[in-house]
Amino acid sequence: MTTLTTTTTPKRTFKDKLLSLVQRDAKPYVHPYKAGILLGLVLFGAFFITGNGLGASGGINRILVVIEDAIYPAHIDRTAYLASMAGGETNPLDSWVVFVTIGLVIGGFTSGLINGRLNITTNRGPNVPVKLRWVMAFIGGAFMGYGARLARGCTSGQALSGGAVLSVGSWAFMFAVFGGAYALAYFVRKLWN
Amino acid sequence: MYPFPLALQTLLGHWPSYLVYLLVGFAFGYVLEIGGFADSRKLAAQFYFKDLTVLKVMFGAIVTAMVLIFLTSGVGLLDYNLIYVNPTYLWPGIIGGLIMGVGFIVGGFCPGTSLVSAAVLKLDGIFFALGVFFGIFLFGETIGYFEEFWYSSYMGRFTLQDWLNLPTGIVVLLIILMALFMFWGGELLEKKFGGADLTKEPKWRYSAAGILVIGAIAVVIIGQPTTADRWAAIEATDGTRLANREVQIHPGELLEKLHDATLQVIMLDVRSEADYNLFHIRDARRVPLDALPGIIPALHEEPANTLFVVMSNDETAATEAWQILRAESVPSSYILEGGINNWLAVFADEEFKETAVKTTTTDDSLAYTFPSALGARYEWAEPDPHHYTLVYTPKVELELKRGPSGGGCG
Repeated sequence: MTTLTTTTTPKRTFKDKLLSLVQRDAKPYVHPYKAGILLGLVLFGAFFITGNGLGASGGINRILVVIEDAIYPAHIDRTAYLASMAGGETNPLDSWVVFVTIGLVIGGFTSGLINGRLNITTNRGPNVPVKLRWVMAFIGGAFMGYGARLARGCTSGQALSGGAVLSVGSWAFMFAVFGGAYALAYFVRKLWN
Repeated sequence: MYPFPLALQTLLGHWPSYLVYLLVGFAFGYVLEIGGFADSRKLAAQFYFKDLTVLKVMFGAIVTAMVLIFLTSGVGLLDYNLIYVNPTYLWPGIIGGLIMGVGFIVGGFCPGTSLVSAAVLKLDGIFFALGVFFGIFLFGETIGYFEEFWYSSYMGRFTLQDWLNLPTGIVVLLIILMALFMFWGGELLEKKFGGADLTKEPKWRYSAAGILVIGAIAVVIIGQPTTADRWAAIEATDGTRLANREVQIHPGELLEKLHDATLQVIMLDVRSEADYNLFHIRDARRVPLDALPGIIPALHEEPANTLFVVMSNDETAATEAWQILRAESVPSSYILEGGINNWLAVFADEEFKETAVKTTTTDDSLAYTFPSALGARYEWAEPDPHHYTLVYTPKVELELKRGPSGGGCG
């Protein structure tokens, strides 16, 4: 018994240290307008330095294509849409948006760590069971992913980036996203309220 | 002038240049997280008018970036021509947007925010991100069935200022006023549906709104650079190249480049329709000088290995066209030396030249008479490079494209 406790004690302190890092008190979110201005500065910086805006779904797409290409390369080469990213010798990761997407995950994680919001949990409406929330999240994600590719960009790549440089298509897209969500919101209100 | 965006690939090298994008992404993810975008409840609350964080952050970001982009473009720091503007495919965008709207309210995220949510270990964010992967996979498998629709209603680089036919500054101002109106309305909705206490909202937001409006008015006053302004900014360098005849390429060099399989040559013939119909080089496109500015965005979409060659009968109109191309940052552009007249002098057969040459001509007019308008159906509209041994100084150097290549979220 004594040997057990002596061996577990250092382990526990290490775990405690880790936990204390993660389980610090969550700081409140910054004011929305402040976040908006900061995001605007990031968006402007991206355009000013690189000429490109922001993106996310394009990066997810290319990471997915890497996996598909590893499993079934012939299929990639036969599908025009996929071949443009990974046909033959083309490296699907050779694109700026992949690196923005990877940076996005690291940046989000870092902020969560620093601000004490890194915790395993499921955010859901008050009357929604956890598993239903997971299923709805997956279904919603599938719609999002499909729509984002159809529209050639997601909220970041189309709405934010195209909106700031005044693309007509991006503004039409943005109103469509909000329109679609508002139109359906009433019918799925039980999911969130 | 117009030093931005930077030519990252030239400055840092191909793969190292992606480090900049990694940093951009980091800042993006960090800001989304501190704004609360990792919490699906906060995002969904937007659609029940309880918490309009999504609206405030998105439109706040758009207007902030927009004012800065057009201010820096107005004062000659940033080249708007080299900025990626999402091409408009109207209906695929709208239908895709509606589908995303469904995904947004059902799943509670958009793709970028779900990644941030997954990064801070929210399980719903992880499931959503997996769903995004699945949706994108499905798209890749089904796009073949409606590819025609996916490429439909294409309008290219089409901006609000083009559509409304208003000066850029006015559009910027109108969008800022619209955003401020939406923020005001949004706060009233939050009060009504979310029980928000507006008296506790920070006072600095009025100053921020004021700064935005002042910025927009500055954009109106400064305006955006015209082609003439842009030429004035590069006249020191490009004017010298022009005067030193570094950009006028010999017909032989053009012919060689036309047969170079590693290049795409786009020939822009700026002569009158009558002259063009009488004779033109095979595959040359007729673009009148006044239509040239309208096709600049399309020229920017051409791949990096594209060579642009402008031509008139002599060089006067072609030089003017070249100045427009250069002013609008079209890379790798050249003038056909001596124009079509020189081309004919080099490639047309002796018999034709002797009989058809005009005795008196004015500047930049055709020096030969053509009995009929055969256009490019003359042998010398498409000479065989193997029949000629021509001596000339090669001048063409491909420039690396600045700004986004390929571009987009794609």
